[in-house]
Amino acid sequence: MAFSFDLLLEAIIFGLLLGCFYAAVSIGLSIAFGLLDVPHVAHPAVLILGSYGVYLLGQYGVDPILAGLMLTPFFFLFGAALYRMYYETFEKRGNSAAVSGLAFFFGIAFIIEVLLVVAFGVDQRSAEAAYIGGSLKIDDLRIPYRLLVAFGVALFLTITLTVYLSKTFTGRAIKAVGQDEAALRLMGADPVRIKQFAFGLATAVNALAGAMLIIVAPVEPTMDRIYIGRTFCVVVLAGLGSMSGTLAAALILGVTESIVLMFFGASWAPAVAFGLLLVVLAVRPKGLFGR
Amino acid sequence: MESILEVNKVSKFFGGFTALSGVDLQVQKGERLGLIGPNGSGKTTLINCISGALLNDEGTIHFNGAPISRLPAHRRTKLGIARSFQIPRPFSSMTMLENLLVPLSYVCGITGARAEEEAYQILASMGLKAKALVPTSQLSQVELRKMELARAMAAHPSLLISDEAMAGLAGTEIDEVLQILFDMNSQGITIIMIEHIMQAVMSFSQRVVCLDAGQIICQGTPKEVVANPHVQRAYLGD
Amino acid sequence: MRFWIACLAVVLAATGLVMSGVNEYLFFAGFVVLQAVVLATAWNILGGYAGYVNFGVPAFVGAGAYSALVVHMSLEAPLIVQILAAALISGTLGFLVGVISVRLRGIFFSIATVALVFILETVVINWRYVGGATGLQLTRPGEGWPFDSYTRMLFWVMVIMAVAAIAIARYIQDSHIGRGLRALRDSEEAAECTGVPTLRLKLIACAVSGALLGAAGAPMPMYLSYIEPYSSFNLVYAVSALAMPIIGGMSHWVGPLIGALLLASIQQLVTVTISSELNVLVVGVLLVFFVIAAPDGIVGLYRKWKASSK
Repeated sequence: MAFSFDLLLEAIIFGLLLGCFYAAVSIGLSIAFGLLDVPHVAHPAVLILGSYGVYLLGQYGVDPILAGLMLTPFFFLFGAALYRMYYETFEKRGNSAAVSGLAFFFGIAFIIEVLLVVAFGVDQRSAEAAYIGGSLKIDDLRIPYRLLVAFGVALFLTITLTVYLSKTFTGRAIKAVGQDEAALRLMGADPVRIKQFAFGLATAVNALAGAMLIIVAPVEPTMDRIYIGRTFCVVVLAGLGSMSGTLAAALILGVTESIVLMFFGASWAPAVAFGLLLVVLAVRPKGLFGR
Repeated sequence: MESILEVNKVSKFFGGFTALSGVDLQVQKGERLGLIGPNGSGKTTLINCISGALLNDEGTIHFNGAPISRLPAHRRTKLGIARSFQIPRPFSSMTMLENLLVPLSYVCGITGARAEEEAYQILASMGLKAKALVPTSQLSQVELRKMELARAMAAHPSLLISDEAMAGLAGTEIDEVLQILFDMNSQGITIIMIEHIMQAVMSFSQRVVCLDAGQIICQGTPKEVVANPHVQRAYLGD
Repeated sequence: MRFWIACLAVVLAATGLVMSGVNEYLFFAGFVVLQAVVLATAWNILGGYAGYVNFGVPAFVGAGAYSALVVHMSLEAPLIVQILAAALISGTLGFLVGVISVRLRGIFFSIATVALVFILETVVINWRYVGGATGLQLTRPGEGWPFDSYTRMLFWVMVIMAVAAIAIARYIQDSHIGRGLRALRDSEEAAECTGVPTLRLKLIACAVSGALLGAAGAPMPMYLSYIEPYSSFNLVYAVSALAMPIIGGMSHWVGPLIGALLLASIQQLVTVTISSELNVLVVGVLLVFFVIAAPDGIVGLYRKWKASSK
């Protein structure tokens, strides 16, 4: 595709919207892996699970965003239970269980994917709502409404969580628990319960993010694979432990993907997140704002 | 006496935090040096920089005259620096004997029957021979501490850094570990001992260095250092 | 010594089998099982011995398959050259992924291997010489000298590869390299302080594991008579390659062998009696079950049973 500044601008705007969406999708992982150090490679699979949950509720006429909200308590419980299982079986065992812990989440991701295929088949599923379909027109620019909605909700999610984690007591305890368990214990807080709560929170966020996902584009069960790339790219680029960095990193990824998509075509776009991830690991594994 | 270790103006920073600031230290061959200081004063950071677990940000470190500050830890071990860890780090999938076979083969190039023989000898000298084939997951605290020292011995070091080898041990156990360190020193090994147990430091060290907030605040004989008001303030607070 | 006699016996038995008049299907199915043995054994050199979990086995196997294809198409090279080329390229890939990520924590290596799958798949899809997204059809040579058919020859080659892979794994395990890997897996800091060159050993394991995985992928284009990216880089292989050594037991070379034979048989059974989707689910469930309940695998269970019955 020939280069022109108009196209570049369009790609950048699209990329910023996409980036905000990626932030919402990654923030659960920022908490689970960035703060709690849990090797949660099943995060994208849970995300897709959320999308399918929204789709299912959509079959009964429930609006996607509402469906996402409805799913949050169930996802919270699921996340808390999953962490508990992980903690009892692996984290307690210490370093010797590192391989097993990773394999565990990989297996869970895989099982979720296969169950989705068995339940829903391999075809794509979409959500339906008033705001999915039309676009906003500004001059020559066409911005799909669904992207704007996702952008709005994603921005809200990201900002709320970032504020929650820095300003509230529980939030700050969550931020601290990954770094200084001993100090927390001295303050009378139980690190395991805090981690369990945080993991549940991260999973609950996934329900909403999953709604975002199915609003933005149709989903199919194997999508968790490419989202491993996108979410880990965002979390690593941001730097482990940095919540505010998540938005910046996601915007960078969104814009990069968008530009590649615009000028090199759709067949190269999936490799962008993974490629960027490898570059970050090779050059600056701490990420932009990491501890 | 020649110096075996020269630490010159070494600094180490963790983000905005200065763990070590311009530390100068000289250790003589065959010396028994005690390193003391309150928690967080930088003792473990200093020996991490010496052993290679961390790389110092400023300054130089020379071992037997050769610069080592950019060498990875395993190269420094090959040159003759060994250490034990504050919290024992045994190779948990191996028996005590196998733990010693690792440095014997990787540092000294000794393998096979000769290696086993020497490993048994080292364990025997510390009273551990009976448990040589026990997996390390079944050993007691004091046995693990001794194994750390045995494993360091198996690397044929000329300098041994012992990081709180006696922490959490009871009366006679402390004496046993102390005796092991004395024995090692009498074989010509220079020893830097980090310890909180003052009696051990006093009876063991020929010279004591005190760290506080990343800087050396006092050096001298054990008696001198303990009596120094700066040292007392560092430990007891203002 | 007993080991080498057993290896010779296996090769002789395989040769005899291949020369006999047994049904062709046996060799077709046997190839798959033997390839599973190589994959599991290769994975375990890095995963079991060093503790680095490769989620991207399809990347290395696929790289091996496509390298063999390119060498075959451009140089008309015989199978042995294809295999060597595949091993070289996949070994280098393993080394590179190691260089990027092995200084960091284990999970970063694992994610880097997933990244490799996608990147390679994208490269292949955009590369018309090897058929791009639609892939290529290949014609197999009619004969497989000195055996009756090409399938039989591929089977025999796979037997040799499986024996070689196990021999390599056994050598690494029992040598001081194996002990060094175990040391760095148990405590990297202590390993460094006892003279183990941890970075070097990790990179060696990455390269050897990658090379063997690539070698296992090299005969694929000929075996299938076609090649295309989606099945070559299929992530389902990733789970099987992980599950086999974990179920069999990661601490000993016999574990991947047991796991591969067991899992391959179970998969055949389930596919034939129930369905192929369920077959994939069974692998995942078994993986999670063993990881939780029997993390040392069948080898571990056997050891425990032996210890308790003394």
